[in-house]
Amino acid sequence: MRVTVRVPTQLRSLTGGVGEVEVDGETVGGIIKALDEAHPGMAERLLDEDGALRRFVNVFVADEDVRFLEGLDTPIRPGQVVSIVPAVAGG
Amino acid sequence: MDGGFNRWKDGGKPWSAPRTLSAEQRNRYHRHLLLPEVGERGQQKLLDSKVLLLGAGGLGSPAALYLAAAGVGTLGIIDMDVVDASNLQRQVLHNVDRIGERKVDSAKKTITALNPDVTVATYDVRLGADNILDIIDGYDVIVDGTDNFPTRYLVNDASLLKRIPVVHGSIFRFEGQVTVFDPYHGPCYRCLVPEPPPPELAPSCAEAGVLGVLPGIVGSIQGLEAIKVLLGLGDPLVGRLLSYDALEESFRTFKVRRDPNCPACGPNAGEIVIAEYDELCMPHPRQPAA
Repeated sequence: MRVTVRVPTQLRSLTGGVGEVEVDGETVGGIIKALDEAHPGMAERLLDEDGALRRFVNVFVADEDVRFLEGLDTPIRPGQVVSIVPAVAGG
Repeated sequence: MDGGFNRWKDGGKPWSAPRTLSAEQRNRYHRHLLLPEVGERGQQKLLDSKVLLLGAGGLGSPAALYLAAAGVGTLGIIDMDVVDASNLQRQVLHNVDRIGERKVDSAKKTITALNPDVTVATYDVRLGADNILDIIDGYDVIVDGTDNFPTRYLVNDASLLKRIPVVHGSIFRFEGQVTVFDPYHGPCYRCLVPEPPPPELAPSCAEAGVLGVLPGIVGSIQGLEAIKVLLGLGDPLVGRLLSYDALEESFRTFKVRRDPNCPACGPNAGEIVIAEYDELCMPHPRQPAA
């Protein structure tokens, strides 16, 4: 299933500056794997050494934070957009 | 009551005259008075309110200007920097004549010139574990426009302890985020960001750059949310993260939930201890009784 992923400014160096990409996947984990294949380096930025989602990056499926769903196993329904929203602290 | 009000008053018991807006204030705040949701009662409430701005920089500037214009009676401003020419690209409280001046003094001048109704309290110090509880005490709302993760966590933990809502704003290059942390009613900063990114992944605006108008938009939304919280208006961004992308010119909101395992506001959280945070920003363990 093709899924639209919104990429934040911090990670656009990996997508050639593009803020929205499409990849194939059924779950959040699958999407990150596909993202990394298309844009190498993405997984390292999103996942820690143990393969868990880094705790300063929020990934939302539609408007729900996957930490409060099923984490990387969260399934994606057709039409749902995945948004990567890293913490920023600038003021 | 026998003797009525005069006896009450003569007996030294507490009383107050119903306060009214002056003719100048009726004129100044006329557009607020036209709104039934604000009205005279709401305007009086704003005039009686105290908002603390953390930072007189990119976010604090627009927030301070609009809160002052709206007639928030007391604005506290904390900032230890002096005005630098490189600030003027976005920090609209300041101007060329103020270069080299303390930001809090520059801010006070601008605010007082805009609205003499506003009392400005200035804190020319670095916000730290040693002073944060004293500084935030008595404020109704905190507008967080600080620029680093350790301070954000410090503000979070202290505001939970004092139960003061925080209107959070943050910016990075072309993107901004706003949310409202209402202690124990909504999620806190640690629920949203359990751990800060390592410094190499979190460059500051000084390192990464920021588009000039962006903090104007984000800081203005913070000012608006502060007024909503003060007046109990509408739906503040409690439990929602507003994300703004200036390049796309899009706003999106995401749900933020209270984390049942939150080490600061969760049901099993230990006692909050205010202490300086290192790069990991983890809560300090409860100190054993001496």
